[in-house]
Amino acid sequence: MTKPEGTVSKPGSSKEYKTGAWRTKRPIFKLLKCNDCRICVAVCPDGVVFGTNKKYWADLDYCKGCGICAEECPMKDIEMIVEVK
Amino acid sequence: MAKDELTVEKKIKEKEEIVESLLTPGHKACSGCGLALAARTVMNTAGKDIIVTAATGCLEVFSTSYPHSAWKMPWIHSLFENSAAVAAGIEVALKALGREKEAKIIAQGGDGATADIGIGCLSGMFERGHNILYVCYDNEAYMNTGVQRSSLTPFEAWTSTSPSGKVSWGNPTEKKNMPAIAAAHGIPYVATASVAYLKDLEKKVKKALDIVGPKYLQIHAPCPLGWAHEPYDTIKVAKLAVQTGLIPLYEMENGVITSVRKIAKKAPVEEYLKLQGRFRHLFKKPGFEKELERIQAMADATIKKFNLM
Repeated sequence: MTKPEGTVSKPGSSKEYKTGAWRTKRPIFKLLKCNDCRICVAVCPDGVVFGTNKKYWADLDYCKGCGICAEECPMKDIEMIVEVK
Repeated sequence: MAKDELTVEKKIKEKEEIVESLLTPGHKACSGCGLALAARTVMNTAGKDIIVTAATGCLEVFSTSYPHSAWKMPWIHSLFENSAAVAAGIEVALKALGREKEAKIIAQGGDGATADIGIGCLSGMFERGHNILYVCYDNEAYMNTGVQRSSLTPFEAWTSTSPSGKVSWGNPTEKKNMPAIAAAHGIPYVATASVAYLKDLEKKVKKALDIVGPKYLQIHAPCPLGWAHEPYDTIKVAKLAVQTGLIPLYEMENGVITSVRKIAKKAPVEEYLKLQGRFRHLFKKPGFEKELERIQAMADATIKKFNLM
């Protein structure tokens, strides 16, 4: 059966497009003072901060480097550094 | 050891992805987009058993650039004005099939699609009493087409169709009271939320989905592009909007306000306005003090009206 025009049959297929190339700054999770508040996980607009148990990281394939996680981290444990290609 | 660690990381990641992201990464929202954050939170809170409709707007454009879709649930976009009407059709169809318990229906729209273009369809959906949660992502202008003013644009904000200049102070009208219009239909649940308070937002989405009947949720979501603030300031700006009293967060059940989010520490409106480029003229043009006083008076009136302090 041919699918109707203008439909996308594969859910979540936007993952095939890597938005990480947009980034000018990348987040560094220092994991020194982390208190497991999970604010960085919650505030990421793209939902690419993962982790549990005081160990967090951003998926750099998709992270756009907005820096909200670094700004909102109450322990100031995330640092934005300039991306070097 | 390093290899083991990587596998563990990967496993946790896979598990989290299954549980968490119903709006998948790889969508083309700007960096620091408040709307993407709001939509992701709403979807993850609602869970996977939902059917979602969307109006034309940033949300539709950034999440479904053909041939990709960022949505992990049945999702449909038809026109700018008819998100609520399409959702109503889905609800009635599910009822006719006797499958209404299988999925909850969420209709979405931006502030333009909700308060200007789609208000007819939305009003119809409220009036007919469909069991749908309508979510309005309020970024206070038509951002997708280049920052034109909508009826939810705040007083004296710059937009491309209400520019500030020698004579003009920006948007001459106040923000339309859309939640009150929704509540006037006599629907069971109306609430406002903000991306600055995600726990509060999650609570409101959960509560709304448990109520049978039409529900309206308006989420204040900053737009770094249209508001001209730094992408990392998204949450800060949203928080200040609430703390100044300009954006009251409250719940209305059957037309009566049942809860308000109290302001712990009131912030002056200048703090909120000066972070945003769209209010830059309020700090430069001669006679700006008077205009700031006017906006402060509006904030104070809202605080008094909703008893926020």
